[in-house]
Amino acid sequence: MSEHSNSPVVRLEHVARTYQAGAVSIPAVRDISLDIAPRVFSVIIGPSGSGKTTLLNMIGCIDLPDSGRIEVSGEDVLGLSDNALADFRARHIGYVFQSFNLIPVLSAFENVEYPLLLLGVPPAERRRRTLAMLAAVGLAAQANQRPNELSGGQKQRVAIARALVKQPALVLADEPTANLDSATGASIIALMRQMQAQFHTSFIFSTHDDHLMQQADQIFTIRDGVLVP
Amino acid sequence: MMFRLAFRNISRNRRRSLMTAALVAMGSLALLVFGGFVTNIFAGLETGIVQNGGHLTVYRSGYFLFGPGNPAAYGIDDHQALMHDIEADPALHAMIEVLTPTQSLVGIAGNFSGGVSASKTFFGVGLIGTDREHMHRWNDYNAGRIYPPDDRLNDPNAPRGVIGRGVARMLGLCAALHVPNCPTPPPQPVPVSTAPPLDAGLADLARDEQGTNATTTGGPKIDLLSATADGAPNIVGLEVAGVDIQSVKEFDDNYIAMPLPLAQQLVYGRGTHKVTAITLQLHHTADMPAARARLEAIIAARHLPLEVRDFRELNPFFVQVVGMFSVIFLFLTLIMGVIVLFAVVNTMTMNVLERTNEIGTVRAMGVRRSGIRRLFLLEGALLGAIGATFGVLLAFAAILAINNGGFHWTPPGNTDPVPFKLAWPTSPGLLLGSWFGLVLVATLATVPPSNRAARSRIVDALRHV
Repeated sequence: MSEHSNSPVVRLEHVARTYQAGAVSIPAVRDISLDIAPRVFSVIIGPSGSGKTTLLNMIGCIDLPDSGRIEVSGEDVLGLSDNALADFRARHIGYVFQSFNLIPVLSAFENVEYPLLLLGVPPAERRRRTLAMLAAVGLAAQANQRPNELSGGQKQRVAIARALVKQPALVLADEPTANLDSATGASIIALMRQMQAQFHTSFIFSTHDDHLMQQADQIFTIRDGVLVP
Repeated sequence: MMFRLAFRNISRNRRRSLMTAALVAMGSLALLVFGGFVTNIFAGLETGIVQNGGHLTVYRSGYFLFGPGNPAAYGIDDHQALMHDIEADPALHAMIEVLTPTQSLVGIAGNFSGGVSASKTFFGVGLIGTDREHMHRWNDYNAGRIYPPDDRLNDPNAPRGVIGRGVARMLGLCAALHVPNCPTPPPQPVPVSTAPPLDAGLADLARDEQGTNATTTGGPKIDLLSATADGAPNIVGLEVAGVDIQSVKEFDDNYIAMPLPLAQQLVYGRGTHKVTAITLQLHHTADMPAARARLEAIIAARHLPLEVRDFRELNPFFVQVVGMFSVIFLFLTLIMGVIVLFAVVNTMTMNVLERTNEIGTVRAMGVRRSGIRRLFLLEGALLGAIGATFGVLLAFAAILAINNGGFHWTPPGNTDPVPFKLAWPTSPGLLLGSWFGLVLVATLATVPPSNRAARSRIVDALRHV
């Protein structure tokens, strides 16, 4: 997608997803259609069990709907094979998880470098971009530390750097401040806002955090699997 | 990065990985030590056979099946011409260490001197003493018996021979020959008979047959009775120069070796002297197929009624021992393989379970299923490689300790204890085979857990705690 394109970065048409729990069918998302504009800070809110995470997973191409159509960065992702979908995620989508999900045996530098390895970026370029991204999130001094040597806030900064280092079209974050104290959470939100502005990336969050909602350019509310106005 | 990641991943739970690698190492140790033991047995047996019988033997056709019962009927005519052709062949000449004729014979040996009256059947061999000594020096694997210098049969014209310790024992010659571990038979009651003593007659016959100009060294004398090629009885006297202990007891109890001319005189009398066999000892056993093919080509070109046999055909015991130990080795390999397989499966299954969330994370980041599979397979292979390498080091240390431990044992085919040694497992088949085999087993053991990891759904993996 071109940097100046105004086409939606995400387009969902009549998307539905039902989980089976034994003989019981649980509709998590029902007939949702939405467009998310590029280069904006979007938030999906809703009570627990409302379908936020399922919706986010489908936008992030790690879960597939039972019906409907999903377009990310102009690509109909439901037509892609498993490998093509993995490659698509590697190129276009960054993730920030609630529990940080850093790889514990890799240093902060190596965690951030990892997505570039998947894209086959040459070593020198990889090193330059990784160091620049660690500096951007304020962790240049902690580059060689392992995740267990970092605080919660520092881990989430590494996770943000890891999500952004490949300059994706879209960064998805599932309750990124849920495991942080309020001050650290606020600083993480500020950082993400700054990164979004700096890298012109679209951010989509699921959250309960009021502070995060206040930062949003676009808010989607979901309840019982459907979007509500 | 993948290698670094795999290495760090197996270092996460050090105790578990160490236990698994230790099991692989034990497998490697067991295979290499037992492999060294088996290799040494094979090498020792082969060396003993080749030192005494060479690699290839040319016989008259049919000798292998029927000749040992009547060697005189299966003599090779004009053996000097054939030996000349063999020596003149450049390809064979380059491979041959010793080329020598032998004469086999069967008969009865008797000792009727000094108040002893004993006789027994024997399997004799007439040979060229210097060739025999040369053959005894063959030690291509450095695993054979070291023969001391022995010139007892080097004079082709002396009626002098060596006998097995069993023959010496049964003929009451142990004391006269000063043979250790060789008891003297208890005195037997002398049977009352009016017939003239047979022993005096045999001795007289032997002296008449050989004349009186033979040189002697003062050893005890025995008489050998055999049948000539045309069926007439023939007899020679033999001065026993000493014993030559044979590795198989049954053979030792019947063995008599003498110079070739004496054996030929006993078998052919005044007729044309032939030989039973032409023996080829090669520089290396590996040359045997090529040498055999060349030898058979020469025989075929001359239209000779001869056949070639190798030492394996002539010594089925060797083939049986090799087969038995090979099966035991295979069985041990299978057991070790199964132990390693289950240990690695268990470890890697635990690793996959513990890292389920991480698998979901990297899959979400864009790693393909095959990438997950490769990572876990690499971890399994690494565990196997570390364990197998450590096992090789342990095996070398164990073999060094055993070889310097001063242990003795009596291997199959031997009559006396020999130093217990293990061959260094340096053959590529054993060393690399066991190393790669264990690494392969460890890698294959990782296939089910890695498939499970690769197949897991990303959202389920991310939810895993």
